Amino acid sequence: MSLWRGAQEGRYETYKVPLRDNQTVLDVVTFVQRHRDPSLSYRFACRVGMCGSCAMTVNGRPRWTCRTHVSSVAKSGRLKIGPLENLPVIKDLATDMRAFFDKWQRAKGAFVPSRSRGEDVERIKPDSAARIAADAAIECINCGICYAACDTVRWNGDYLGPAALNRAWTLVNDVRDGGNTERLRAAAASGGCHACHSHQSCQELCPQQLNPTASIAGLKRRTLWAYLRGEV
Amino acid sequence: MTVRDLSHRQGVLWIAALVHRLSGLALAIFLPAHFLTLGLAIRGEAPLESFLRWSDQPLVKLGESALVFLLMVHVLGGVRLLVIENLPWRDGQKELATIAAALSAVIALFLLARIF
Amino acid sequence: MNVRLYLWQRLTAAVMAPLVLVHVIVIFYATRQGMSAADILARTRGSVAWASFYGLFVVAVAVHAGIGIRNVLTEWSPLEDRPAAILASAFAVLLLILGARAVAAVVLP
Repeated sequence: MSLWRGAQEGRYETYKVPLRDNQTVLDVVTFVQRHRDPSLSYRFACRVGMCGSCAMTVNGRPRWTCRTHVSSVAKSGRLKIGPLENLPVIKDLATDMRAFFDKWQRAKGAFVPSRSRGEDVERIKPDSAARIAADAAIECINCGICYAACDTVRWNGDYLGPAALNRAWTLVNDVRDGGNTERLRAAAASGGCHACHSHQSCQELCPQQLNPTASIAGLKRRTLWAYLRGEV
Repeated sequence: MTVRDLSHRQGVLWIAALVHRLSGLALAIFLPAHFLTLGLAIRGEAPLESFLRWSDQPLVKLGESALVFLLMVHVLGGVRLLVIENLPWRDGQKELATIAAALSAVIALFLLARIF
Repeated sequence: MNVRLYLWQRLTAAVMAPLVLVHVIVIFYATRQGMSAADILARTRGSVAWASFYGLFVVAVAVHAGIGIRNVLTEWSPLEDRPAAILASAFAVLLLILGARAVAAVVLP
């Protein structure tokens, strides 16, 4: 297997690792760090497909390495592993995710409360159209795979990206939220939802089976109406 | 060297997006020539007629067929996007993109067949 | 790409979809009939219908192609937003002028 060593500049170095039954890519990366080269840097946490920390580029596709079996991706016993695309490389397989989270903020991906503790709790019907739309997109754990896969992120430095816009969409559909004017304004601006070309790499690769393309399409409709009504 | 590994850029929808963009560029480059040609009619029908005769050559007709393909694939691909963006989500985008390309090819080949 | 550019690009796209259909049918018909320049011009000269049809087509394509070129320039070339916008607008104006001239050429009696 070849692993990226270095930062933005560097090279792929080759290591020989024993092939075992039921190995994940995270297993073999860990093997390299423990038995071949202790200077290798990489991230993981839960190692059971819940946290999203172990996302890396495996044979050209961003994936959770703890949930990727070597047998399903290694072509003729070979693996090529690098850090996530579209993010600055700190060292080896670890990237600087600050830009990803900054764009989350810029997309107004944070809940803005509209009631105080003195008022009744908002009643939300789980089968309302808005709640169904929000629920379909809510399980994002910010792993960055969609951001790494997105061509428009690669081509357009201003583009907020699929994850941030997907989260904005869930909040647009949250009847409790009071921040939609600012949120739609952010989505309607340059680098917002309209930059998306619907390549659907995000939807294809999301390990949570989310569909940011659909969420962004929803944002396109909402911002268009808001624009026509003079609200953005 | 740098880290970039883009070997996953092979999927149907990536190719569809590339075809959409390249066909748009090709059509945009073609349009001024197309307008200038039609503008020949300002000087009367003779200059336009001699262009039409020139364009009777098989290779030119092949080129015109190719242009019809580019136009149809751009429009059909664009309609697919308009549907994604304005109607409720539907799965099967890879299939729709493939159908759009196939239909465009059929129309262009049909035109070619009618000429020869 | 922002909401304003998006609106105009999608709007002109929607307007042009049926126009393209008619245009391709016209191409089929004209080539099938082996129409000469005289045949074509006999139909288009003095026609308000063809003037309106192709006039609309020219305006829509100038806007649509202009915005499309702007997107391609900002995403695929090293140009910054402002120069890309200027270049794209210039191209749109070129299409508008050449297109209007072409329509006039075939429609004016």
